[in-house]
Amino acid sequence: MTIKEIFDSMDYGTAPESASEAMAWIHDHGATFGLFIDGAWTKPGDTFETKNPATGEVLAKITQAGADDVDAAVRAARKAQPGWAKLSGHQRARKLYALARLVQKHARLFAVLETLDNGKPIRESRDIDIPLVARHFYYHAGMAQLQDAELPDREALGVAGQIIPWNFPLLMLAWKIAPAIAMGNTVVLKPAEYTSLTALFFAQICDEAGLPKGVVNIVTGDGAVGEAITAHEGIDKIAFTGSTDVGRIIRKATAGTGKSLTLELGGKSPYIVFDDADLDSAVEGLVDAIWFNQGQVCCAGSRLLVHEPVAERFYTKLKARMAKLRVGDPLDKSIDVGALVDPVQHDRVSKLVEAGAAEGDVFQAPAEMPATGCYYPPTLITGMSPAASLMQEEIFGPVLVATTFRIPEEAVAIANNTRYGLAATLWSENVNLALDIAPKLAAGVVWVNGTNMFDAAAGFGGVRESGFGREGGWEGLLAYTKPKRKPATLKPIPAVAAPKGAKVDELDRTAKLYIGGKQARPDGGYSKPVWSKSGALLGHVSLANRKDVRNAVEAATGAAGWARTTGHARAQILYYIGENLSARADEFASRINALTGGRSGRAEVERSIDRLFTYAAWADKYDGAAKPVPLRGVALAMNEPVGVIGQFCPDDHPLLGLVSLIAPAIAMGNRVVAVASEPFPLAAADFYQVLETSDLPGGVVNILTGSHAELAKPLAGHLGVDAVWSASGADMSSLIEYESAGNLKRTWVNHAIDRDWMGAEGEGREFLAQATEVKTVWVPYGE
Amino acid sequence: MQTETHTAKAQLGAAQLPDVVDQRNPGLPLDMDWVRAVQVNTSAVERRAGTIGARRSVKKDYQAAWLLKAITLIDLTTLAGDDTENRVRRLCAKARQPVRQDLLDALGVDGLTTGAVCVYHDMIEAAVDALHGTNIPVAAVSTGFPAGLSPFHLRVAEIGESVKAGAQEIDIVISRRKVLTGDWQGLYDEMRTFREACGDAHVKAILATGELGTLRNVARASLVCMMAGADFIKSSTGKEGVNATLPVSLVMMRAIRDYYDRTGIKVGYKPAGGISKAKDSLTYLALVKEELGDDWLDPHLFRFGASSLLGDIERQLEHHVTGHYSAGYRHAMG
Repeated sequence: MTIKEIFDSMDYGTAPESASEAMAWIHDHGATFGLFIDGAWTKPGDTFETKNPATGEVLAKITQAGADDVDAAVRAARKAQPGWAKLSGHQRARKLYALARLVQKHARLFAVLETLDNGKPIRESRDIDIPLVARHFYYHAGMAQLQDAELPDREALGVAGQIIPWNFPLLMLAWKIAPAIAMGNTVVLKPAEYTSLTALFFAQICDEAGLPKGVVNIVTGDGAVGEAITAHEGIDKIAFTGSTDVGRIIRKATAGTGKSLTLELGGKSPYIVFDDADLDSAVEGLVDAIWFNQGQVCCAGSRLLVHEPVAERFYTKLKARMAKLRVGDPLDKSIDVGALVDPVQHDRVSKLVEAGAAEGDVFQAPAEMPATGCYYPPTLITGMSPAASLMQEEIFGPVLVATTFRIPEEAVAIANNTRYGLAATLWSENVNLALDIAPKLAAGVVWVNGTNMFDAAAGFGGVRESGFGREGGWEGLLAYTKPKRKPATLKPIPAVAAPKGAKVDELDRTAKLYIGGKQARPDGGYSKPVWSKSGALLGHVSLANRKDVRNAVEAATGAAGWARTTGHARAQILYYIGENLSARADEFASRINALTGGRSGRAEVERSIDRLFTYAAWADKYDGAAKPVPLRGVALAMNEPVGVIGQFCPDDHPLLGLVSLIAPAIAMGNRVVAVASEPFPLAAADFYQVLETSDLPGGVVNILTGSHAELAKPLAGHLGVDAVWSASGADMSSLIEYESAGNLKRTWVNHAIDRDWMGAEGEGREFLAQATEVKTVWVPYGE
Repeated sequence: MQTETHTAKAQLGAAQLPDVVDQRNPGLPLDMDWVRAVQVNTSAVERRAGTIGARRSVKKDYQAAWLLKAITLIDLTTLAGDDTENRVRRLCAKARQPVRQDLLDALGVDGLTTGAVCVYHDMIEAAVDALHGTNIPVAAVSTGFPAGLSPFHLRVAEIGESVKAGAQEIDIVISRRKVLTGDWQGLYDEMRTFREACGDAHVKAILATGELGTLRNVARASLVCMMAGADFIKSSTGKEGVNATLPVSLVMMRAIRDYYDRTGIKVGYKPAGGISKAKDSLTYLALVKEELGDDWLDPHLFRFGASSLLGDIERQLEHHVTGHYSAGYRHAMG
């Protein structure tokens, strides 16, 4: 076109970013890459091709790592770890700082490589991904610097196996590697098969930064490599970002191995527009929510919920905006939507839309589409009902599904009508409405009047089947550190066997279960006698079965109002429980002595009262935080209760064990189903009488007695339970972790390591952290 | 109210056919429901405005063509106390020939002029005279520009004088105090009166957004002025502490878009003050193209109020033609 013609048409033309530097870097490596293990490149082995999804062109050959390669990488990491952890925080900070600087120095090359390999618009890799990567290393350089002073009671986990997805290849690498190595861990990281290049370039800058060999190891390949990492015995922690299905497999595969696990999985995040929102800005927000990175974003605002009074106007504006989206060559600086990562993904999205399209009205952006390459048009499907499959299933493409709501309460109900809980967005100019709704949304991150805002200082991660663990902020460090403790092996304590020629008490006293604030007979109708060491029958205890678990969880679920009570109110009740226990201290002390055959009953009761006071104290003091994110606004880290927690109490301290688990949980607003000490259950049965007199609402604490091993499966497998803790003497860690995969509930199990319940490790922040989820609420402001 | 807007839209169906000149904005009765319902989220507006430059980039021939377009959209302006007739004639000469002929030849365009020349009332006659034989209109700032605090009847009379003197466009200033005190009816009535005083001359309503305090006020004032019949809404006088900005422009463009969506009437937009770089002008044009559409990339619907922008564009054009960076003195001054 001549300049005159362009003058008349005012088209954009093209503004391509040059790929020559990136291609030169690939060719410097012979366009074939080995693995980065122990600070050196291996010779390329069996390779597969990595392609540019925009063109189908082969970019390079990548090595498919074998099990022996993974083993070599883990051994290198293992060998490097003690030395790396032993460096001062400052010495590690210097290395992270060097990495941050090198990322900035090579920012353009990283960005172009990312776009070539992944298909995302260069604007995004240049302006969003890579700057966030540099920011993450800067931030965690600071965490390394502060570790010695601020985290003296925690230490590195060891070797972290990290498996990352293809949608934000380098950013996910940064989210995984930066906190891990900052805290003194070493890593074996596997980039996604589609997108290995920036990870390989990162390996090169690790070398340039003078990172000790073995601290960062990069192994490439398909899912088999991920499996090998997951299964490797030399790994202490698995961090995975990817699909919920694979997350479930990893949860099962690591069950009982003692590996620490964090999962950042899928989502179907709601995007709620209230009638008092700035509609134009909310429309623009959707561009960043669902057409950012072609919608291949785990936290994409993919479910649009519009207030009925403005729905039609909003859809009209949205469609007009969609008509302006430019789809095409991701290296073009004026492109909004690039290529999906691979033809496989394109097929998946197409098929999902074809299958679900009949459930609503489909509108596709009338964008000019390139003739070849993995492009999919921005798509809106309105008129959906929550029952529509596309309202429930993650599409992971540029497809937005929409429905309407009548009142805020209904918006919350629809928003939370999902198995996922990663992120949520809401638009309203009413601060009362916005700040009321944000805490009600089941999500790890809530954005108010904005979307897809990220920062290293703010935690990111999900609830429900979107996974567990946080990345970013102080809370993110919990995923890469553990409390310093001397591990002692747990010894199971058997119940006292019936003496020969047992005397039967004239009064048959059978302790019932405690469900929904009432004493309940066990569903099965069975009980068993409990004997003292001297052979006296102390009473009978009910044997709960799976139906009692069901009933208890139902009662706990029904007591949801507890989560909304104030910390002050919960504190008062905890103090009151302590006071009432104190009034019956003698009785409890004798009971404990009778059950255990020891003389520590008095001390245990006193410590239990002390512990109740501790958590009464914490109930209104486990503060959230206002994160210093680079934004005019606030990012609030709010500690929210996890929900319904199943708890298996320790064998050895019949009262203190129970109190140590339920008190932190209810102090933070959770409801619990606690299974009492199996050998010594009667103290728990006595304890519910204390609860009954302490104004605790029914259903907040439910107490079952019976076989831990038998109840572990129904409780850990219950899809309405949000977390399971086990301090049981029975060896159930493996079973609980395995069964938890069903709804990916959080687990906190002892792996047969004992804990000193009478001492300091029997209480404190570790318990509070397990009893809460950090929700990050972003509120940009300004008038 | 609803009936009226629908009717207006229906009537305009025909007017939107190609090659038909758009209807002037006849205005509407003041619709306070609409004005009060306006919502503007400042942070979100700033994010959109802050990324438009990175989302849209025009290069090479496209950049040259866009810069030429930008020239045709400039209200070449002098609004200084020391203006003289000769100074204004010099400016008009620049408006007639904004770019060196050899550069225009190399770019393959001719007949390029700026959108208008913008002056104070006393300079109108000199400007009209100097632009004789061209299609370049003379715009006059009016109504006690820049503060708008002279007696109301004098402000109205000033419009009449300027029109009589030959101004085809009148840039009026609104009474900021009416916005700040929420006197929307007062603002509407004032604007109505100004519009009537303009007769056939087109009226641009200067909101002086730097003095309105909030973007919400900017959006409301934009709507009220359009309801009262403004042909253009304009961000600033160039004399406020803060003049045209992208966030303000975005809010005003969205108000124009809403007005068009409801009435079918296209109102123009003029950012003024502070736009001095060629690159900035491209960002503005991209924002117009994205938020309002190609129809607005036309002097009938979009102007830059600028005095030094042209010089930077000329240098960029010479760079485009020769491949060498240019110097200011190689281009004729205005």
